[in-house]
Amino acid sequence: MKAQGKAIKYGDNVDTDVIIPARYLNTSDPAELASHCMEDLDKEFLKKVDKGDIMVGGKNFGCGSSREHAPIAIKASGISCVIAETFARIFFRNSINIGLPIIECLEASKDISDGDNVEIDFETGIIINKTKGKTYTGVPFPQFMQEIISADGLISYIKKQF
Amino acid sequence: MGMTMTQKILADHAGLDQVVPGQLIKAKLDMVLGNDITAPVAVKEFRKIGINNVFDINKIAIVPDHFTPNKDIKSAEQAKLIKEFAREMGIVNYFEVGRVGVEHALLPEKGLVVPGDVVIGADSHTCTYGALGAFSTGIGSTDMAAGMATGEAWFKIPEAIKFVLRGKPGKWVSGKDVILHIIGLIGVDGALYKSMEFVGDGLHNLSMDDRFSMANMAIEAGAKNGIFEVDDKTLEYVREHSTKEYKVYKADSDAVYVKTYEIDLSELKPTVAFPHLPENTRTIDKVGNVKIDQVIIGSCTNGRIEDMRVAAEILKGRKVHEDVRCIVIPATQKIWKQSMEEGLFDIFVDAGAAVSTPTCGPCLGGHMGILAKGERAVATTNRNFVGRMGDPESEVYLASPAIAAASAVAGRIASPEEI
Ligand code: SF4
Repeated sequence: MKAQGKAIKYGDNVDTDVIIPARYLNTSDPAELASHCMEDLDKEFLKKVDKGDIMVGGKNFGCGSSREHAPIAIKASGISCVIAETFARIFFRNSINIGLPIIECLEASKDISDGDNVEIDFETGIIINKTKGKTYTGVPFPQFMQEIISADGLISYIKKQF
Repeated sequence: MGMTMTQKILADHAGLDQVVPGQLIKAKLDMVLGNDITAPVAVKEFRKIGINNVFDINKIAIVPDHFTPNKDIKSAEQAKLIKEFAREMGIVNYFEVGRVGVEHALLPEKGLVVPGDVVIGADSHTCTYGALGAFSTGIGSTDMAAGMATGEAWFKIPEAIKFVLRGKPGKWVSGKDVILHIIGLIGVDGALYKSMEFVGDGLHNLSMDDRFSMANMAIEAGAKNGIFEVDDKTLEYVREHSTKEYKVYKADSDAVYVKTYEIDLSELKPTVAFPHLPENTRTIDKVGNVKIDQVIIGSCTNGRIEDMRVAAEILKGRKVHEDVRCIVIPATQKIWKQSMEEGLFDIFVDAGAAVSTPTCGPCLGGHMGILAKGERAVATTNRNFVGRMGDPESEVYLASPAIAAASAVAGRIASPEEI
């Protein structure tokens, strides 16, 4: 599985309150959530984002609340993958469980600029920055998580147990 | 290789003698929690599995506490959805308004979590129950759905950081100040993916309410869980609140910690976290003149009875500053009633503060005290991210109930000694 698109870049500690503010959590509809995605951090996000784009963050991406609405909003906004130096652990879990591809890579997180054209191979963890002509190696998922992802999320994975 | 408290609990719940950091395991769950924001998503996911029963009707708690009493029609729909699910499944621990409280104050009070338990909750502050010597951690709605179906969850065995607490904190230094100090020290990702384990003879000088407020904020350092060594105070609390069987886990003497911090509680000062991260801490003597518009005393961090008592001690015979709204929110019905019986509400109301029914309310910018653009609040809550309590240009300063109450009187961030 691969993702390709332009990078939309943010800094460290992008928290779930800016990804999707609590005032919009009285719904769980993905499209509605996406319509407020990132608005407290970047009012232009929805104008900028095209289907397939790649979000790039720094350290501790997705820190804060356990709201699954955060990765759901990002995924529904059209983002195909999030790259960060590190992810907050609940966000990490939630993304895998709902099928939003994410990848940790210090070098890519630092080097990719806003607007760069980026391609990611999830199986190998290889990230190619086509604009800068550079390649970075991210951390591919452990086998167990790949199984969840290839089952199309935790629920389908669990379904097989019953 | 020796194991930490957390590793031992997880190993036991996975049916293993030994685990090592990084190992993926499946653990049996003693409690699965969700609230009115996360449970509706979990219910939708649960339905997709296509089964008609939850794994155990006694081991699930559904707590509509965030937007309740329902603040608008959409919230009411969400609350209704989870109530119907709880009834349909026969879930015992569903709490309607009038019996509900802020989840992380409610579950220990109801005796639903005891030492040695493994608990997951679709709420990041589920780590609160580490105060009881349980392994508890926040997860998302899909994990909650899977947990309700199977009674199991997958975990990666975490490494741990040890905090050895010594000495006795000063008069106005509470568990909140200790944890804010620690987060200031290690940063909001200082314990990312790791356990924070609290031990040492200083524990005796921290009440259970102090410990709940500390374990509560482990997530603000990025931790997977925070856990306290079980002592006499823990066991006394458990005996008072629960009839569930418990098990005490102690770390092995040769357990491996990636880092150890020694903290002398007697050296700490009241601490405030400035916007917009819990790690932006300053001791009270270094805050300068910060004028405020609102004070919130409540939440799963500091809405317990001791918090109410400290706030009342400071507000007694004083008035809330004329430019300040002070809102007091006891975290559960029991705490509410106890506060009323102890006469604390007379003190709050005479001081010009408002008292609310239990709810998360303003803590997450839900309702009951939202900030306008440019407004500032001192809150006893746990997060001060951009827009957390209202407008993206408002500000939240995190502090203990003592500092919050003193600030309400002073109209600026202040210590009880200044008023
Ligand atoms: S009081 Fe605040 S932090 Fe605690 S559960 Fe409620 S919203 Fe979350």
